[in-house]
Amino acid sequence: MEVGLAVLVGVLVSASVYLMLARNVLRFLFGLVLLSNAANLTIFAAGRLPSQAPPLVPPGFESPPELVANALPQALILTAIVIGFGLLAFALVLVFRAYQELGTLDSDAMRVAEPIEPPSDSYGGKP
Amino acid sequence: MSWLLSAPVLLPLGSAVLVFLLRDRGPLARRLSVAACGLLLALSLALMTAVARHGVIAAQMGGWPSPFGITLVADLLSAVMVLITAITGLAVAVYALADIDARREALGFHALFQVLLAGVCGAFLTGDLFNLYVWFEVMLIASFGLLVLGGDKAQLDGGIKYVALNLVSTVLFLTGIGLIYGLTGTLNLADLHLAVRAVETQGLLTVVAVLFIIAFGVKAAIFPLFFWLPASYHTPPVAVSAVFAGLLTKVGVYALIRAFTLIFTQDTDYTHGLLLAIAGLTMVTGVLGAAAQSEFRKILSFHIVSQIGYMVLGLALYTPLALLGAVFYLVHHIIVKANLFLVSGIARRLTGSFDLAAVGGLYKASPLLTLLFLVPAFSLAGFPPLSGFWAKLLLIKASLEAGAYLIAGTALAVGLLTVFSMTKIWTEVFWKPHPAGFEPALSRIERPALVALLLPVIALVCLTVLIGLFPQPFVSFAERTAGQLLDPAAYVHAVLGRVP
Repeated sequence: MEVGLAVLVGVLVSASVYLMLARNVLRFLFGLVLLSNAANLTIFAAGRLPSQAPPLVPPGFESPPELVANALPQALILTAIVIGFGLLAFALVLVFRAYQELGTLDSDAMRVAEPIEPPSDSYGGKP
Repeated sequence: MSWLLSAPVLLPLGSAVLVFLLRDRGPLARRLSVAACGLLLALSLALMTAVARHGVIAAQMGGWPSPFGITLVADLLSAVMVLITAITGLAVAVYALADIDARREALGFHALFQVLLAGVCGAFLTGDLFNLYVWFEVMLIASFGLLVLGGDKAQLDGGIKYVALNLVSTVLFLTGIGLIYGLTGTLNLADLHLAVRAVETQGLLTVVAVLFIIAFGVKAAIFPLFFWLPASYHTPPVAVSAVFAGLLTKVGVYALIRAFTLIFTQDTDYTHGLLLAIAGLTMVTGVLGAAAQSEFRKILSFHIVSQIGYMVLGLALYTPLALLGAVFYLVHHIIVKANLFLVSGIARRLTGSFDLAAVGGLYKASPLLTLLFLVPAFSLAGFPPLSGFWAKLLLIKASLEAGAYLIAGTALAVGLLTVFSMTKIWTEVFWKPHPAGFEPALSRIERPALVALLLPVIALVCLTVLIGLFPQPFVSFAERTAGQLLDPAAYVHAVLGRVP
């Protein structure tokens, strides 16, 4: 089970790196979605995945009487999914707004904040 | 005592809700925001006093015993970082009264600002790695909002780069959390301090440590992960850049200090050696990048990068004196850097541009503003008797004592180049006459706005001079802080209730 997940994480990470290396910001964002899913699966696998009873405490007990599955990674992942979803929604809207304003999705062409200046021989020279 | 730990987080969150609801009623929301920052300052002073008097304090939220519950913990480092956050927050909130336009206020500037402060304070006070991630996210989403609020073209452009690189770092941080949980079975920082010793494959731990260097390194803007910072910090309104410049990268530095004194101390030759090399390269690239710029805020942005190098240097040497220097540098830097950005905003108001070639004549127009620039600028460069001199002196002395002559030389040379950049701003903005023949004057700004702009700058300048003239209490405080960092027994005891 862990081996399968590890392979899946590897595939997801390589696909996401491929996507994120693209100049298109939207492709970068899709790569990020894959990468955050890979991170979530990593946490899941790190919690160990033996086939065990669900983590329920029967009435009258303080703790489960036998070995149960680890519930903590799922709580962590749920939190991470919610946060990641919010951030990605924001990023998607940001990319859309940037496309509207700047008219491009090519990250190399986004130079409004950092315009390419003609080289000047002396910074202090008066025009 | 537990209310003192949760209050610096709950107060800004509560006031964020309040000012959001009142965002259409400008003056009321503004006053509430400043009042909330004042209250936060009072709370953080109380927290500081409590920690200085009783040592490390910890509290378990929700009543679950540690290491299972959500732990809030304040040692001297956390307390001083919360205090300095409150000081910066108050200064910027006052400055924002005159700097933020009505449109951005109606869009919810004050609410986002309060959420940002809550996220920063939460990150400083949490005692749990996963909660650190959550607070990072709170801080990050607020900073995203502040950065692009208003939606200027340059803001969106800078925003894309800022958001993209910070999201990648977030995912790497999350992966690191997953891996260290798999190795140790815990995420409580104090518990991790004990649990990492029991890990059989120490090599894997070093791999995870490097993942954390990368994740926190993006936030702290170290070499070669700093590109988002100079791409974005000059685009939002000055009040936003000032609070970013003061606080955000320093949360990354704090996380590095916390992780590499409390958790990853098993292979310091490798991890701290790596950090030392990074520190040197960060200092040099930052200062060289600044030398190539000719825009006020871009120069200052590159100097943030260069200064981060000094703080990482203090952590990397990992001796009592070096950590003392790092803590002192953190405090000094936040005050000075936020202040320089605030001054840049006033200079732009008076001269009409951030572009060095297009401005001038400020010395003649306002000797007062010139003085207010000179103090933080020279402090940044490390002139005696200002705070930056002591900060650099401590770190260079620590490097020499540790036998790291190369890095000591680098630190000295970078200090010299910092003077070059500051002199450049000095000659261009203050000394030379205005190229368009325009005569700037402070009286052009309306009086209430002028007070709101100058008051925080004067207060921060006084603080810089105070630290510079009376460094002894600050140094001995930083010494106690460094002592706690090097021997986390008190921290672990306060959280877990048992001695390691």
